[in-house]
Amino acid sequence: MKRLATAFALATALALGTQAAPADTLATVKQRGELICGANGTLAGFGMPDPQGNWTGFDVDFCRAIAAAIFNDPQKVKFVPLTAKDRFTALQSGEIDVLSRNTTWTLSRDTSLGLDFPAITYFDGQGFMVRKALKVSSALELNDASVCVQQGTTSELNLADYFRSNHMSLKTVTFATGEEALKAYESGRCDSYTTDSSGLYGERQELSEPSQHIVLPEIISKEPLSPVVRQGDNQWTDIVRWTHFVMIDAEELGINKGNVDAKLKSDDPETRRLLGVEGQYGEALGLTNDWAYRIIKHIGNYGESFERNIGQGSPLKIVRGLNALWTKGGLQYGPPVR
Amino acid sequence: MLQIAIVVIIGGLAYGAVYNAALNLSRAHIASGFGFWNNTAGFDISQTLIAYSASTSSFGRAFWVGLLNTLLVAGVGIVLATIAGFVIGIARLSHNWLVARLAGGYVELVRNVPLLLQLLFWYNAVLKSLPLLRGSMALPGGAILNNRGLFLPQPVFAANFSTVVLALVVGIAGAIGLNVWARWRRERTGADPHILWPALASIFGLPLIAFAVAGFPLHFSLPQMGRFNVNGGVEVLPEFAALALALSVYTAAFIAEVVRAGVLAVSHGQTEAAQALGLRSGQTLRLVVLPQAMRVIVPPLTSQYLNLIKNSSLAVVIGYPDLVQVFAGTVLNITGQAVEVIALTMAVYLAISLFTSVVMNLYARATVIAER
Amino acid sequence: MSAISDQAYLRVLPAQKLPPPAERTGIFNWLRENLLSSPTNIVLTFLCILLFAWAVPPLIRFFLIDAVWSGTDRDACLASPAQMHPGACWAFVRVWVSYFVYGFYPLAERWRVDLFFVALTLGIVWLARLSTPRRDLGALYFFVGLPILSFILLHGAPLIGLPVVPTSLWGGILVTVVVATIGMVFSLPLGILLALGRNSEMPVMKLAAVGFIEFVRGVPLITVLFMASVMLPLFVPEQFAPDKLVRALIGVALFASAYMAEVVRGGLAAVPRGQYEAARALGLTYWRMMGLVILPQALRVTLPNIVNTFIGLFKDTTLVFVVGVFDFLRTVEAARADPKWTTPNTTVTGYAFAALFYFVCCYGMSRYARSVEAHLTRAGRR
Repeated sequence: MKRLATAFALATALALGTQAAPADTLATVKQRGELICGANGTLAGFGMPDPQGNWTGFDVDFCRAIAAAIFNDPQKVKFVPLTAKDRFTALQSGEIDVLSRNTTWTLSRDTSLGLDFPAITYFDGQGFMVRKALKVSSALELNDASVCVQQGTTSELNLADYFRSNHMSLKTVTFATGEEALKAYESGRCDSYTTDSSGLYGERQELSEPSQHIVLPEIISKEPLSPVVRQGDNQWTDIVRWTHFVMIDAEELGINKGNVDAKLKSDDPETRRLLGVEGQYGEALGLTNDWAYRIIKHIGNYGESFERNIGQGSPLKIVRGLNALWTKGGLQYGPPVR
Repeated sequence: MLQIAIVVIIGGLAYGAVYNAALNLSRAHIASGFGFWNNTAGFDISQTLIAYSASTSSFGRAFWVGLLNTLLVAGVGIVLATIAGFVIGIARLSHNWLVARLAGGYVELVRNVPLLLQLLFWYNAVLKSLPLLRGSMALPGGAILNNRGLFLPQPVFAANFSTVVLALVVGIAGAIGLNVWARWRRERTGADPHILWPALASIFGLPLIAFAVAGFPLHFSLPQMGRFNVNGGVEVLPEFAALALALSVYTAAFIAEVVRAGVLAVSHGQTEAAQALGLRSGQTLRLVVLPQAMRVIVPPLTSQYLNLIKNSSLAVVIGYPDLVQVFAGTVLNITGQAVEVIALTMAVYLAISLFTSVVMNLYARATVIAER
Repeated sequence: MSAISDQAYLRVLPAQKLPPPAERTGIFNWLRENLLSSPTNIVLTFLCILLFAWAVPPLIRFFLIDAVWSGTDRDACLASPAQMHPGACWAFVRVWVSYFVYGFYPLAERWRVDLFFVALTLGIVWLARLSTPRRDLGALYFFVGLPILSFILLHGAPLIGLPVVPTSLWGGILVTVVVATIGMVFSLPLGILLALGRNSEMPVMKLAAVGFIEFVRGVPLITVLFMASVMLPLFVPEQFAPDKLVRALIGVALFASAYMAEVVRGGLAAVPRGQYEAARALGLTYWRMMGLVILPQALRVTLPNIVNTFIGLFKDTTLVFVVGVFDFLRTVEAARADPKWTTPNTTVTGYAFAALFYFVCCYGMSRYARSVEAHLTRAGRR
């Protein structure tokens, strides 16, 4: 009986006595000694491990940039591969600290999931891929086509909207993972495969004959891709947001991996503030003042990360387009560090 | 004392879980309740048995579409698995060495490979190797087969088709009447009147006559090759075919074992007595062995049916829009309300199981051997 | 007298056995008896032979004779002038096999996985052979020692110099075996407790056990896994949220324990009432009665059923696929998407390899269950 009573006390203690304090993500990460980042895992150019388990990609570099800012070591980050289906749950449950997995920022996700979208790291839009042999040159010719799409994504909803608004009929075939949907497309189950156009370029590389497939010119939706954090931890949100902004600012100021050490001696006030030579901006975020220097030293600026992973320096060869700096006709704009 | 402690522990754990869930949910600002039920769904579903459109139908409607798809594939699976299972189970007991071995090999092979692997095999290795749209096979009768599915002619009924249905009902009633009469005759006189042909004539002949009299009130709309797809006709999705096939092939092996055990449970004396009475072996099986074996077979058979229904949730892997794929997949993802969606999904399966158990218990009570 | 006794009128040596009558022996008689005994049988035999002739030679040709055994990329498995109709692409399996076994487990640490497999095999052999000595120690090793040992081995313990390998890197057969073993190790004790609860005379206990068992048996494993992976993190305080593999493990263990409970209950029912009464008469308490008298008999009787439940559990591990855990089947699925190996035969070969693995494991277990059953029947006849 005594033993039972103890067990009972233990059970209630477990059940009741553990009201978690609002999480301080930065402190948790520092204490753990590494950042845990939710990533795609199967999307070439954005987030994918090689057979040795080394992760590379545009979204992956963003997490490495955060790790570099906190630990001065871009390797102190653990990647968790997530499907589109379980990505929000993983973040909500605290399994990961930040989600950097080509995720679209929408109002309903922002308000009903308990999540925050700090910054748009990539302006994307949904597109269509078809076989060249189909001789289709516009998405408007796809009336009656069957389209393979991944379940539970905004792509699935946009697809229905687009066909309806253009008075075209459609056969949707949905799959739990993008991988399955792409495989089904390749085997001829569907005429077209749709997802964010960045994804289309990446996944085309995973087909056996990439040159036999084309991405149609139509972009049918606005897909601002953003990292995601839990709502309510403003400091952590700020860190994630400004990690992106300083990478943009660095590009604008001409600071890159190669010249960042030389730029420490620059007398340009903006550069000095960015690199932490002047001011206490890093400490205001709960980091060290040279945090932006660390990011650029280890990862490089936004343009470098873009070109290396998905741009001209990669097999994907995506052009900057909307993601060029605002000074070059794009939309990427970093607020000033001051 | 011990009981009170257990009540308190379970209560405490439940309270803790609910408390934590509420805390975690509110901290995460996740909405709760079934408010989403009437919101517009906005996504398409590839197979809908009831009217559904992405732009106007609600999440609630999507739930019913998913549930009906689950019931459809489970129903088809149960019929096919039962037929195949009984044939294989009886074949395993065959006196023919080859037939028995073949059936045994089938059972061993199928039971020892995971259903999910079999499902992937049927879907990815068999159905994907069907011809592409351009090389579609034209089947006799206007049907078309390719890796997008099987497209059958769709029957279009004219208004007076109801007479044919009426004739069919009358025909079936007639056949049942014939059967009752034959049994009465057999029990009274021992003569076994042959009613097979008259019964068939009643079931098929009457509707045919009515069909001709009503002026052939039925035509078929044939599927047509379109620019991208086959249009019109009744579409059997490859996802549906793969799932129904995998479920029935897998479950048939288990049903075969149930049938074998049931037949073996009937004492050999029964067979010998039947043969002594001069029944042929088919008659022995049909009139003596199977009716007794059924009493043993039905309870495990039902649990195999329930397994099949539960296993149909594997649809989520190949993209067949069943309850789990549509509701616990897409709807959960869009709304993010895991607790409500999962709880409702589980409740549906639980309700099916409980309903079946109740029916089973009634059956068991009805067929219990009358003790003398 | 001695002269007479030499001519015994009772034979001492048995008469020489005569061969069975001619119509009962010989290959032709066997054929006549088993294959050709009636017109229907002749037709059936003929159909079976046709089926064999139609199916077996092409299969052998595809998987063995025409198969491609080595190569570095898909060109080896595509049709070429030298090989017009290449068969199964085993080269693909050979290239990927280490991924199938270990997943992304770091190369330098894979010896730990091998060691785990050895330790596991030892435990299984110890427990499974009814004749090995000290099987009680074996049980202790399997249900207590092994889980701790494998956790330290696989997960790592920085204290003794084993670097931590996060579960997101585990994969393949390793994960399949871990999920199945953990499911087994936890479901058996849990199942026993549930079965005792269901047989209990205390209504609350009975209600709780029946409620749990019927609930879990009434819903598909997929929904239990979804619940474990989506809802579990909500039900526990934030800082205790377990990782993805652990959540899948909890789901599988809970699911299996409900089925195990029913099997154990069957075993309990098979123990004669007199055993309970005798134990009570000796003044044993409930737990001593159960632990010393009833359960050892019940578990022994129901061992074949326990193994059968375990076969089901082993097959069900494939479902962890749907919650994003990289088990063996998932690694095969991932590998067959590799564009370097896209050939018409890659998928079939990958599935054939997976089917072979599962078949060998499950069939082995079911043979074991049958041999135990035969052993028990013999022992029961005494």
